[in-house]
Amino acid sequence: MSKHYVYADNAATTPISKEVLDAMMPWLTEGYGNASSIYAKGREAGFALVKARQQVADVLNCKPGEIYFTGCGSESDNWALKGTMHKLAAKGKKHLITTVFEHHAILHTAAALEKEGFEVTYLPVYENGIIHLDDLKAAIRPDTALVSVMFANNEIGTIQPIAEIGAICKEAGVLFHTDAVQAIGHVRIDVKAMNIDMLSLSGHKFHAPKGVGALYVRQGSIVLPNLIDGGGQEKGRRAGTENVASIVGMGVAIEAAHRDLEANAAKALAMRERLIDAALQIPHSRLNGDRTQRLPGNANISFEGVEGEALLLMLDNEGIAASSGSACTSGSLDPSHVLLSIGMPHEVAHGSLRISFSEMNTEEDVDQIIEALPKVIGRLREMSPVWERILQDDQASNN
Amino acid sequence: MLYSEKVLDHFTNPRNVGEIADADGVGEVGNAKCGDIMRMYLKIDGNVITDVKFKTFGCGAAIATSSMATELIKGATIDDALKLSNKAVVEALDGLPTSKIHCSVLAEQAIKSALSDYYTRQGIDPEPIVGPIGECEACH
Repeated sequence: MSKHYVYADNAATTPISKEVLDAMMPWLTEGYGNASSIYAKGREAGFALVKARQQVADVLNCKPGEIYFTGCGSESDNWALKGTMHKLAAKGKKHLITTVFEHHAILHTAAALEKEGFEVTYLPVYENGIIHLDDLKAAIRPDTALVSVMFANNEIGTIQPIAEIGAICKEAGVLFHTDAVQAIGHVRIDVKAMNIDMLSLSGHKFHAPKGVGALYVRQGSIVLPNLIDGGGQEKGRRAGTENVASIVGMGVAIEAAHRDLEANAAKALAMRERLIDAALQIPHSRLNGDRTQRLPGNANISFEGVEGEALLLMLDNEGIAASSGSACTSGSLDPSHVLLSIGMPHEVAHGSLRISFSEMNTEEDVDQIIEALPKVIGRLREMSPVWERILQDDQASNN
Repeated sequence: MLYSEKVLDHFTNPRNVGEIADADGVGEVGNAKCGDIMRMYLKIDGNVITDVKFKTFGCGAAIATSSMATELIKGATIDDALKLSNKAVVEALDGLPTSKIHCSVLAEQAIKSALSDYYTRQGIDPEPIVGPIGECEACH
């Protein structure tokens, strides 16, 4: 078996690109100065942060002063939601609107806020995994402080009508935050044109290292309470010595992602489309989420009669790394809340497979997946009593 | 999630997969909503389980525990099969992650369910012999 390793889980994390690693290395070696120090070694690190902040701001079309570096996307989400709600509670605004299928960094934060006494409305996302704008309009109340809708979903990749949501929030005088962790680097984002007040992003989803993210906060929208009290880093709001190398890496990575965005997206999309077409040839399979309004590299497909974790292990044996929304991979007993939110029955949700490509994947990778899928699904179905029943039902309805 | 080499081996090369057309007892436990269904087929001669096959819908651990459980009871007496605990299956697999222990419970229940069916077919009330099969706690 001369199989090469196919990494098709780029929505989970991405490899660091050579360009990014090369940019980081000096800051992991001779450039060890503390960016707050006055001497040359410190100043150089400080300048590197200035440059990286500019690179992130350029991509989002905002000012560098509106970018706060954080440790990850979850931190950015927590800060935006808790910070906003705690601050605006003083003005009697205790209502938060989000969606049922956000990442847990938002959902669990919203749940924590509910425990504190805040009220949360969870917008439905319907079968295609996209919210209805009328639902949002109807949900906004005089005491609504914040609307938080993810830019693109992490499991099924569906892209929300962010510009329209921004316009609605602006008109209603409600702050708008978006968790853009999955979208950044794959779709163009203009925080001004889209009326986005706050945006979370995470470096490791676009070939920067893990452990670095950012939160954009529009000047004039809100001054968030300090997340970490301490030194003067990040305007004193998020203290702690900056992770210079990783921040530099994120700056270079986001710039590169946007420099090559159209070409990368076209490449990932072609691979995803070929994979989806081939996967849907397998009987009793379905694509989850809207076919077109989705991230270029994302394919999420359910195969009836198989369980997702077993599918992942078999694919692993075939040299393929992918992901699933099955309960067994979520660490809980329920399958993915995202798949349930688009109306999928539990038993089908258990058999979902998420393939997420980046431009680093190749057509050979797609070939390998397309070859392996029917084989491993066939093997699992052969030993599945659920599949046996599906076949019996098929026969009954054919007679 | 870290599986032992034995779990991965039994998942990748499951023993005793399939059906027994003229089985003497068949048992099925679990449900698709929870993501695990195990069905076990037994061939019994006198007091000995001469053959056993299984079909399982479920995760890697569910398939591996089914495989190991069938290995442990193949050729065993009914009494020994009834004594097989989920713990013994876990130990034979060199352990399971905590969140997967319910799969081993399911394997134990599948054997008991198949033996219940065997006694019922003989016109014998299985309850005093097999005892309560119980339900997968995870499903509640």
